[in-house]
Amino acid sequence: MITLGDYLIVSGILFVIGFAGVMLRRNLIIILMSLELMLNAANLSLVAFSRFRVDSTGLPDYDVQVFVFFIITVAAAEVAVGLAILVALYRARQTTDVKDISSMRF
Amino acid sequence: MSPFLFWIFALLTLIFGAAVVINRNPVASALSLVVSFLGLAALFMSLNAYFIGIIQVLVYTGAVMVLFLFIIMLLDLRAEEGRHINWLASAGGLAVALILLGQIFSVVGHLTIAHKAFPPLPGSTIDDVRNIGAALFGNYNLPFQIVGVLVLVATIGVVLLSKRQPR
Repeated sequence: MITLGDYLIVSGILFVIGFAGVMLRRNLIIILMSLELMLNAANLSLVAFSRFRVDSTGLPDYDVQVFVFFIITVAAAEVAVGLAILVALYRARQTTDVKDISSMRF
Repeated sequence: MSPFLFWIFALLTLIFGAAVVINRNPVASALSLVVSFLGLAALFMSLNAYFIGIIQVLVYTGAVMVLFLFIIMLLDLRAEEGRHINWLASAGGLAVALILLGQIFSVVGHLTIAHKAFPPLPGSTIDDVRNIGAALFGNYNLPFQIVGVLVLVATIGVVLLSKRQPR
């Protein structure tokens, strides 16, 4: 039998994979992909809670699914802007490695 | 959904999610991310969220991943050559991630509702696109319009950012 906890564990592991990607990798494109993994892990736990919280009509909580819809929209916009910044950065510096972009480091 | 299918898709999502981080080649990472998101869409559908699952496939594995692959091809990125790896910093990052994982396990383990099964739904089919649409255009109409403006602003910003500046 699949419980709510199984989905939460899968979501948590996926979030930690994305977090480790942000911490360990130095390629900006991989870091953006890891950010997407973290956003989707949050979406998975939201949808699991939505399915778990059945209201008086016997249907899942659709407010949460609307929230997930907004998250997906904002994440798509974020990826588009992030990749445009990446292309502009590559034009200026010919690199996507975070180690080479240190002019604002304290 | 049967437990067997749940674990198949959960493993698919997690293994290819890990492959995104482990692969040295950006193209291989992007294709692993596609498989990982397909597994995640199957998990959404197993939770009776069919609309979210379809949107996941359309937006992520369709639009966003094509954008990623396009940028990778455009920048002509090679696999990272063996540069010097700062082992101390990597071990620190991994340690923080593992502590976070341990905390998530501990919280889910102590949550009483996490050990309950999902309550049954009334019918075999639920009309979830209609229900989400009613919520989106009823209660959440203003946020929906604001998201539309946000996407417009993002479009204009991307066009401005990728325009070549005259020198």
